[in-house]
Amino acid sequence: MSEKNKESKSRRDFLKTGSLIGLGAVAAGAATYAGFAYEGGKGHPKVPHIEDSLSETEQKIKVLTENGELAEVDINSLAPVEKDEYQTAIQQQGREGLAGKHWTMVIDLSKCRNARMCMAACQNAHHLREEQHHINVLRMQDDRNSAPYFMPKPCFHCDNPPCTKVCPVDATFKRQDGIVLIDNERCIGCRFCIAACPYSARVFNWFEPKEVEGDDDLLYNVELNVPQKKGTISKCLFSADRLREGKLPYCVSACPNGVYYFGDLNEDTVTNGTSGETVRFSELIRDNAGYTIMPELGTKPRVYYLPAKNRLFPFQFEGKTTLEDEHI
Amino acid sequence: MSNSLSKEEAKSKIDKYAADILRPMQSHGGLELWVMLLALGLIMYVFAYFIQLRDGLGVTAMRDYVSWGVYISNFVFFVAVSLVGMLISAVLGLLKQDWIKPITRVAEVVALGFVMVAGLVIVNDMGRPDRLMNVFIHGRIQSPIVWDITVITTYVTISLLLFYLPLIPDLAFAKKRLKNMPVWQYHLFNILSLGWIGTPEQYKILHKGIRLLAILIIPVALAIHTVTSWLFAATLRPGWDTTIFGPYFVAGAFVAGAAAVVILMYILRVNYKLKDYFTDFHFDKMGQLLVLVSLVYLYFNLNEFLVPAYKMKDADAVHLHTLFSGKYAVLFWGVQIFGMIIPIIMMLFRRFRKPAWLAGIAVFVLIGAWLKRVIIVIPTLLHPHLPIQNVPEAFHQYFPTWIEVFVTLGSFVMALGIITALLKIFPVIPIWELAEEEGLTEEFESYE
Repeated sequence: MSEKNKESKSRRDFLKTGSLIGLGAVAAGAATYAGFAYEGGKGHPKVPHIEDSLSETEQKIKVLTENGELAEVDINSLAPVEKDEYQTAIQQQGREGLAGKHWTMVIDLSKCRNARMCMAACQNAHHLREEQHHINVLRMQDDRNSAPYFMPKPCFHCDNPPCTKVCPVDATFKRQDGIVLIDNERCIGCRFCIAACPYSARVFNWFEPKEVEGDDDLLYNVELNVPQKKGTISKCLFSADRLREGKLPYCVSACPNGVYYFGDLNEDTVTNGTSGETVRFSELIRDNAGYTIMPELGTKPRVYYLPAKNRLFPFQFEGKTTLEDEHI
Repeated sequence: MSNSLSKEEAKSKIDKYAADILRPMQSHGGLELWVMLLALGLIMYVFAYFIQLRDGLGVTAMRDYVSWGVYISNFVFFVAVSLVGMLISAVLGLLKQDWIKPITRVAEVVALGFVMVAGLVIVNDMGRPDRLMNVFIHGRIQSPIVWDITVITTYVTISLLLFYLPLIPDLAFAKKRLKNMPVWQYHLFNILSLGWIGTPEQYKILHKGIRLLAILIIPVALAIHTVTSWLFAATLRPGWDTTIFGPYFVAGAFVAGAAAVVILMYILRVNYKLKDYFTDFHFDKMGQLLVLVSLVYLYFNLNEFLVPAYKMKDADAVHLHTLFSGKYAVLFWGVQIFGMIIPIIMMLFRRFRKPAWLAGIAVFVLIGAWLKRVIIVIPTLLHPHLPIQNVPEAFHQYFPTWIEVFVTLGSFVMALGIITALLKIFPVIPIWELAEEEGLTEEFESYE
């Protein structure tokens, strides 16, 4: 956990610095995200606060160019990026998504034993309060004669999302890579999307969010939904920020039991977050009778489940192995 | 008809209208107390809403599952009540039901008071009211909320015109008749009466304008409540996911609105001493109207609850059990029996359509109508498709906090404030229409 904190701290510093220095006019894309770019010696005036933070001898600074190469540039040729401008660029790429991808998640119910590492990792990454769950491990029982099981439930990132349809301000939207995101700088807090989501995937910031003071100087990233904002919606984002870095989502990597597979439908591959094993998505679903939740609603979820058969762990919750009237 | 009345008789009749209807505009017995009460309510509202703005919507009892509470129920109620303006002025007016003439302005005032505050009620429910402008900057026409804003503003506009147009001759009349009125009021009447002198041509234009507005307002009024019902019907939740919601809401709206008008008529009859205008006959007719719309609403209720109850689909069953025999049973049956069935049975008898009786029954109907919106909004949210787990106990139930109570009371205070102001500043009955009906238009216009 402490490692996670450190990670997010250095990330925070990184973003902060990025907001101060960069290309004069920010170009969208990777260069922007890196936050530094080479300004071809157009003779911008010196930037006072950069000067202050660097010693006299450090007249050169290393930056990442648009091509992803490191370059050394004179400090005089750097100009500060307006915070707003940088923010707009981040938002823009967040709204567009990753081209050519169609993300999917497969959850193997036979392996889940309610360890809740996914929930903890998620809450930590997204600065959520204890009662706010982007992913929630539910205790389910389909019929009184069938066995209970644990079911992790993230947002299903539906291909026909009922939530984005009803949003009056386009604050929640579906990107080209299939991820449904929330722009909490635009959200008006009407909560129509909560009412519209049949899977109860959305949470609301009823109060000041957790860590609000620590997050104060943080740049808002639509792909992480941090900092959370009072009076706005939050929900699972398939860890869009991690996907941009080529990593698996927070919950997927945190699982100790191999429950989660995550990958790209276009490539037809999914990777197990615990074992790192990559398998064919179609085969995995076909061989294990994969299904989606309540397909009759027509939402076309992009999260698949593998049935809770031949379970590795017996169902047990608070000392009991049965469920009484807990479902609904 | 004017020939049958002598000049003196005609004059005395108009004098009586003027005396009876204009007098309450200048005698304000008990008004200070009422205004102070409203002001107190408004202060409580401002205080409660300030706390909500400062601390967030968490000061309400709403949480992630019951994410819409009494604010939204109250919004539906306000929109519902406002529909009565269209029912009485437009539908009955176009059907040439002449008995509605003294009531039209009261109905329009109720409509205006409630629909103007409805917009504010929805702002009170927003997590980020500071971003209200986003709806105009980033508005998506695919969202029912945007449709709702569009039709409600249209309805406010047409209702305002439908209130104002029939007021013009009365303003010109009151300007001449009212002695010792404050200067501001004289100027207001002078400007608003638009130089009305009552020529036949002016009357022709006036009638044409009113008729046009009466026709225009019907689809708009149907739209505001149908769209409001779609806020729920457009979702996939058991209890809301039904095709009947549009007409079901509209029928329920007529019940609430007619009851509100009956209550206000009774208050004016007593307080403004308008016994000769809101007569037993008018109450009898309003009683008939109320029982008719209640029967239609009862019919929709049967469809809405009994059809799914016959099938008992899993998700619907959970919802219906809560209403019929679970946590909400007392409220549900209370509303159905005391707010609908008993009033319907009573109002079928003439003696219960007498003013005092009818007003009493209307109070039950109106309270029932408000609680009915709570039943429509909240229980459904307590039963999502997937179980509510791993959250605090408070997420499993909903009971409004005092903040919600005061903010909701505040919305009533504002609606009543608008209604009071309109009924104090302007004549409550369209005098010119009464004169016209009696064939006294000439006498009405010829004063001084």
